[in-house]
Amino acid sequence: MNLIEFLRLAWESITKNKMRSLLTMLGIIIGVASVIIMISISAGTEASIEEQITGLGSNLVYVTTNFIRAGARMGPITISGGGEEGGLVFDDATAIAEEINGVSAVVVEQSSSETVKAGAVVLDGVTILGSTPGFPSVRDMEIKDGRYFNQRELDHTQKVAVLGFDLAQELFGEGDPIGQTVTAGDTKLTVIGVFNERGMVSGVDFDAQLYTPITVVFQKFTPSMFARFMGNRVRVIYVKIEDLDEMENIIQQISFLLAKRHEVSLEEADFSVTTQQDIIQTQESTTAAFRNLLAWVAGVSLIVGGIGIMNIMMVSVTERTREIGIRQSIGATPSDIRWQFLTEALLLSLVGGLIGVLVGIAGSWIFGEISEMRTVVVSTSIVLAFCSAALVGIFFGFYPANKAAQLDPIEALRHE
Amino acid sequence: MAVQVLIQTEDVKKIYGMGEVHVIALDGVSISIQKGEFVAVMGPSGSGKSTLMNILGCLDQPTEGRYILDGVDVSEMDRAQLAGIRNRMIGFVFQSYNLLPRTSALKNVMAPLLYNREQKRNTNMQQEIAAEVLKAVGLGDRMAHQPQELSGGQQQRVAIARALVNDPVLVLADEPTGNMDSQSGEEVMQLLHKLNQDGRTIVMVTHDHEIAAHTQRTIHLVDGRVEKVIHNGSGSNSSAFEKVSHESH
Ligand SMILES: Nc1ncnc2c1ncn2[C@@H]1O[C@H](COP(=O)(O)OP(=O)(O)O)[C@@H](O)[C@H]1O
Ligand SMILES: [Mg+2]
Repeated sequence: MNLIEFLRLAWESITKNKMRSLLTMLGIIIGVASVIIMISISAGTEASIEEQITGLGSNLVYVTTNFIRAGARMGPITISGGGEEGGLVFDDATAIAEEINGVSAVVVEQSSSETVKAGAVVLDGVTILGSTPGFPSVRDMEIKDGRYFNQRELDHTQKVAVLGFDLAQELFGEGDPIGQTVTAGDTKLTVIGVFNERGMVSGVDFDAQLYTPITVVFQKFTPSMFARFMGNRVRVIYVKIEDLDEMENIIQQISFLLAKRHEVSLEEADFSVTTQQDIIQTQESTTAAFRNLLAWVAGVSLIVGGIGIMNIMMVSVTERTREIGIRQSIGATPSDIRWQFLTEALLLSLVGGLIGVLVGIAGSWIFGEISEMRTVVVSTSIVLAFCSAALVGIFFGFYPANKAAQLDPIEALRHE
Repeated sequence: MAVQVLIQTEDVKKIYGMGEVHVIALDGVSISIQKGEFVAVMGPSGSGKSTLMNILGCLDQPTEGRYILDGVDVSEMDRAQLAGIRNRMIGFVFQSYNLLPRTSALKNVMAPLLYNREQKRNTNMQQEIAAEVLKAVGLGDRMAHQPQELSGGQQQRVAIARALVNDPVLVLADEPTGNMDSQSGEEVMQLLHKLNQDGRTIVMVTHDHEIAAHTQRTIHLVDGRVEKVIHNGSGSNSSAFEKVSHESH
């Protein structure tokens, strides 16, 4: 018999006993589907991490308050300006911008939620994001019409606003917003620019926000409870560096400057300076660990699937002992019998693999829909899962096939 | 016409089990059967008829002694070689038909062609040959039927077609009519006689003296030995008169 004849025979046998075939394939289906689903979750997570990182812009240094050390140094909180000492304050950002060379932008953010009106349109709960002029560069935001505010407007607490793409549409429709007035809370702001579409980054819709100088937020808007507690303290100062090679040097300068301003030694600093590189590295090692774990789970489930095939093939060999005897009596050699069962195992795992691929793709999609986690079906994972299914089938089909080939014709024929 | 020996066994023994509890199923059987003969094997239950047939059919091998089939010693062959002999030289017909379940008559008859390594044919050819043989056994209109949709007599005729499809020199039948009514049994016997008339060598186990009497020779087994060999007449279609005149010689 040639391979095509063996495959045809195997196909006939599989389709003749659909329930048994399905049971045999179940392990492989689950194995392959879970490989594809898990890899798609892992790839989706990686993609959204990458997006977050690029969403923050490149060449970034983060200066953050070290709350554990800062807490000890914080004085009594006052409504007007927070404690006397400890933690990062807005002036720290100004100092970095003024005193350190090679810094292209320093951004501080403070937000508030307000009702925004323009003409007859009223929108509740719009995020007012106060920041500094470097914001578009640091956040990779592009101006579509008009311009962003400048340092002078920031320093003088000018009541100007730049609108996110969707917000501009909702407030002004097809009309030109530039030069118009919007009312945020009780404050009238003049629209000076509109951003291009940016989409969701880290769960924040950048197109739905209103952007204004941070000094305006400090002065005019009701800060959140947390912001009220913070006073003019800031949680993060984003510093964009001009030249990546200067990164180490600039980090050191920032550390010295802030330590001097806060009158602490570097060892006891109430702030920390991290680079995007550090964050990428932690993220990467986390996802690598995650991926390794997935590889183990996938491998185990495929082996379990293979053992399932072996089990049911063994049962099948016993059930079909008489058929084997009949085939031997009309001239099937041991190798004919072996090949018959091997091709059957192979075909079962290939068909099971194929069904597993479909279930996996559908499962990834459904999982993405219901969990709000991102899933990306990776084509190499399909190939990988499919090939492993075939290998598993051959490997675990071998033992039952050999068992069948070694049956004695007379005993097999006598089997009921 | 030169007489050609097809089957020759020399002191064939078959012993089941070792040591204390063992059964001597065949205890030194030496027989010789010529090409074109129709031979019946008779004997009480447990006398070793099936054991002998299995050895003649190369499904089993003797514990001792030699079996020469068409001039070739098959007692020392390995499993794969024996499979080849079964495939091309022997057609075996069982009492219980032994058709592949849930498989059409046509596919059942095609099966031995699949395992034929000497003469490989494509699927169309295989189908053609199988269909032809099925027509020859009178089942041209039942080719797509599965075994469970056929009567016992029809199933046995499918089995005979399967036995014939590789054009074997020897047809072995172990109680081929044992499982069917006399009408179907008659049809199957007619078919076997026709095959013999066409020159096919047939060895058949039967309990029916009437049926045995219509063959050329009857080998009687008792306790694994050949008790006697009776010549029934000159041909498979020999009449009772011929049989009497033959014995009076
Ligand atoms: N596989 C076996 N193991 C042990 N004894 C067997 C086996 N096959 C047959 N026998 C014994 O061999 C003897 C001959 O059996 P068999 O050839 O089937 O007889 P028959 O076909 O004439 O009824 C019987 O005693 C039977 O019990
Ligand atoms: Mg018997």
